[in-house]
Amino acid sequence: MLAFVARRILLAILVIAGVIVVTFAVAHVVPGDPAATWAGPHATAAQIAQARTFLGLNRPLPVQLVSYLGGIAAGNLGTSIHTHRPVLSDIATAAPATLELVVTALVLAIAVGVPLGLASARRPGRPADQVIRAGSILGASMPIFWMALILQLIFSQRLHLLPAAGQYSPGLLFTHPLLKRTGSPLIDALIAGNWPMLGSALTHLILPVIVVAAFPAGLIARLVRAQVLDTIGDTHILNARALGFGERQIFGRFAMKQAWVPVSAAVALLFGYSLVNTFLVESIFDWPGLGSYAAASITTLDTPAILGVTLFVAIAYVLANLAVDIAQAAIDPRIRLR
Amino acid sequence: MIQSPLAPPQAAVPRGQVLRRGLLANPLLLVGGGLVLLIVLAAIFAPLLAPLPGDAGAATHPFTVLQPPSAAHLFGTDQVGRDILSRAIYGTRVSPVIAAVVLVIACAIGVPLGVAAGYFGGWLDELIMRVTDVFLAFPPLLLALALAAVLPASLTSVTIAIAATWWPWYTRLIRGQAASVAGRPHVEACQVLGVSRSRIIFRHILPNSITPLLVQVPLDVGGVILTASALSFLGLGAQDPIPDWGLMTAEGQSYFTPDWWLVVFPGLAILLTAFAFNLLGDGLRDLLDPRRSFR
Repeated sequence: MLAFVARRILLAILVIAGVIVVTFAVAHVVPGDPAATWAGPHATAAQIAQARTFLGLNRPLPVQLVSYLGGIAAGNLGTSIHTHRPVLSDIATAAPATLELVVTALVLAIAVGVPLGLASARRPGRPADQVIRAGSILGASMPIFWMALILQLIFSQRLHLLPAAGQYSPGLLFTHPLLKRTGSPLIDALIAGNWPMLGSALTHLILPVIVVAAFPAGLIARLVRAQVLDTIGDTHILNARALGFGERQIFGRFAMKQAWVPVSAAVALLFGYSLVNTFLVESIFDWPGLGSYAAASITTLDTPAILGVTLFVAIAYVLANLAVDIAQAAIDPRIRLR
Repeated sequence: MIQSPLAPPQAAVPRGQVLRRGLLANPLLLVGGGLVLLIVLAAIFAPLLAPLPGDAGAATHPFTVLQPPSAAHLFGTDQVGRDILSRAIYGTRVSPVIAAVVLVIACAIGVPLGVAAGYFGGWLDELIMRVTDVFLAFPPLLLALALAAVLPASLTSVTIAIAATWWPWYTRLIRGQAASVAGRPHVEACQVLGVSRSRIIFRHILPNSITPLLVQVPLDVGGVILTASALSFLGLGAQDPIPDWGLMTAEGQSYFTPDWWLVVFPGLAILLTAFAFNLLGDGLRDLLDPRRSFR
């Protein structure tokens, strides 16, 4: 087990090094001039040249790569051209809001996807199965930014049921001030026992979470269906049937047990996918997370910020996959031998 | 092929009948195929179908801006008075075409690399697959987004950005297949007989390795359309006056309360197109590979 974990960690480090080289390469195919952007629209040629020296862009590429790698090792992702702050501190400010959104969405996706997948597998080919299947394909075909706009239009602009934007009602800060601990209003309110704030945070979460959860829920449902149908003819299931377990137990307990391995792998994949999807969703809901930061960086052509977020998300994704690999190996010893 | 004595005799059923049964058992495939056909026809006959073909471009009608859907403009008009229905119809010539180009480029890069890695093995295999791993370490869309963000905003950039992130999937798919074909007896026999490498690759490895691609590529059309629309929505792709659905949604966003039709119809076009291709791809996979009907 130790050898397996060590090998996986080494592999992850190699992949992360490759990821850094790729983002660096992307940064240097840029046809524009980051120094000119940094210096502003009215800068003189001399000021732009100064900016180039200041940003280290006049050095040879390999030297820049080494200093980029060294900077990352020291936790420095460069300085945002737009905010003139270190990219890493911008990311640290924005990350809790995004994690709150993505983690809640994935929990919802599992809570909805697993029962739907089981229901689909109970009677394959029947109308319920076809509807769930078409629904999951529809979820995979949804332009997520459009879904966000439409839900906002229906539930907040027309029906006035849910708030349109933000993480909580800002007015509450005067009556029920919130101490910032984790950066996630949901968790902070929970810790402080600030119930009005918690309620406000929850209602603000509903629409963005549904949007981010739509695709993962459909994918998990299909995965569970396929996996359960694969194992349902196995001898241990026949044994359980012969012992007189009810169908609910057969599916939910015995057949689902094996399905958790691929589902957990898919959740790691969906974590990365959903992090990127927040780039399209957060700015619509005015959610102050990484997605809004990335969208703002894109519109202001803030290359260091874009690449910093790219790198951060890619590394988070590699680490999530690593964690799932190790967890799976711990549960299922056969995986270690592969 | 060796037939198990327990398996039902399958040879008695003619191939056409199997195909027809597969189609009938799979209504979703029929719906998807029909919708895709309609989209292709709409793209071909756009000038005949669109009520105001001129509105697909840079037309402006200052006296009919933001008109709600009516008999004159079934989908309403946009912020400069163009007919949204006409633009939506011409949109079938934008993102579906991008998807086709992206997938062709991705195959053109991914397939040769996969065949080379699978057939030659050794250090070349290691090198190609490690590079592929690095590209696959990025969540889908992320690298395309970063690339499109540093390239000048245009449809060409979007095509390059998506193709650059799509090929590794095909390399990995083809490599496994090519490696297994390379180990089969008939390939070994060719090697012993002194058949040239290029002949082995083109006559034996390649034709026997691309089957999984025939299943995967149709499945990916919907994904590429969604990715391209997302990039255009963020302002990284199509620029006005190109009638791109993602761009139309983005432009409509500032008006969509109360002028909902600016956002609803272009987005519906994306949803319907992606849904059609996904249904088709999914059904094709079931038909061609019934054992692996769900991933």
